[in-house]
Amino acid sequence: MTLNLSVSPDFPPAHLSGWFIFNTWLQRQLGTGVHLELYDGFEEQRKDIRNGKIDLIYANPYDASMLVRELGFKVLVRPRNRADETVIAVRQDDERNSVEDLESGITIATTADPDVHTMGMIMLESADLDKNNVTFREYDNYVLVAKALLNGQADVGFFLKAGYDELSDLVRSKTKSLVNSQISVVHHTLVVGPRMQEHVELLTERLLGMEEDPKGREVLKSMGLDGWDLMEEEQTEFMIDLIDTLID
Amino acid sequence: MSEHDTGSVREVLIKYFDSTERLAKIVDREVPYPDGKLIVSRTDPSGVITHANRAFIEMSGYAREELLGVNHYILRHPDMPAVAFKDLWDTVAQGKKWQGYVKNLRKDGAYYWVKATVIPNIRNGELVGYTSVRRKPSRSKIKESEALYETLR
Repeated sequence: MTLNLSVSPDFPPAHLSGWFIFNTWLQRQLGTGVHLELYDGFEEQRKDIRNGKIDLIYANPYDASMLVRELGFKVLVRPRNRADETVIAVRQDDERNSVEDLESGITIATTADPDVHTMGMIMLESADLDKNNVTFREYDNYVLVAKALLNGQADVGFFLKAGYDELSDLVRSKTKSLVNSQISVVHHTLVVGPRMQEHVELLTERLLGMEEDPKGREVLKSMGLDGWDLMEEEQTEFMIDLIDTLID
Repeated sequence: MSEHDTGSVREVLIKYFDSTERLAKIVDREVPYPDGKLIVSRTDPSGVITHANRAFIEMSGYAREELLGVNHYILRHPDMPAVAFKDLWDTVAQGKKWQGYVKNLRKDGAYYWVKATVIPNIRNGELVGYTSVRRKPSRSKIKESEALYETLR
């Protein structure tokens, strides 16, 4: 039986090849066929998840909530030192220097990434901004969000911090961050579905051992990761509870 | 910081629902909520704190060991009307999410405003506690809440 691996569409494009390398590594470890299915959009991926087409997924925290609580998936590990944080940025020459300087009627460049969009909107609440008094322009990735900002198509951009940090120095220098989230307990996770049950023990052991093994370390590096940390069930539940408090 | 702050210091006897009470120093000074942070805590079903994140420790002024094992009402500011907390407990007792604006009392007697969300933690169908996440409120919501709570005290 071939298993299906997928990755949340918000992964940095620079690590695309890393996920193919991980897929090959995974097949060798498990001794079974694994197919990597990538998606451009979150909705398309969620549809396939709900239809039982995905067995293993590197999921964003919002989707992890659905996978665990609704579909019986289990979180195995999380990437070390890779919390999902959000940056709200404006153009460098913008006179506004804090969130409270923003006023209703602004245009926000955002993505369909549920973590970043939700945290971005939460951080705008202190300026009395919500979906009813701002305009959104949705883009496929953070490079396009930055472009929209620099072209004047948007006043404000929402970025995954990792995506903001990976912008070119030139582009980043033309923007300034108004606020960075510092939550630290919300992160992506590697989540397995019911058809993966027989592989869970071996997979967990191999994932945790990756950083000790030269080949494993190379695979991690190609994905832009340092290593995996085990997620206990209660840690997962805690993260999901926290996310529940953030969704209206 | 609130334009109404006077920095005045007073002592108030705070009585809690479980008949305990404490004499608290109250300082009329607001500590601004830090940008980008969430204050996170968890309690057991009776409201005793079981988890406090770093932002909670920093904003409350208590050490982690002073928070763990005590009731969450240690943060209750005497300016908060009891009816607000009754609404909170009535809501979460029904398994629902509660959201509201809360003036919290720090260890040093100063205060900070939060927008709080509390949800029940259900594991295998059983209530095992509550998670409370606080975020930065807007000045206009603080003003509205101050006016409302004054009428409810």
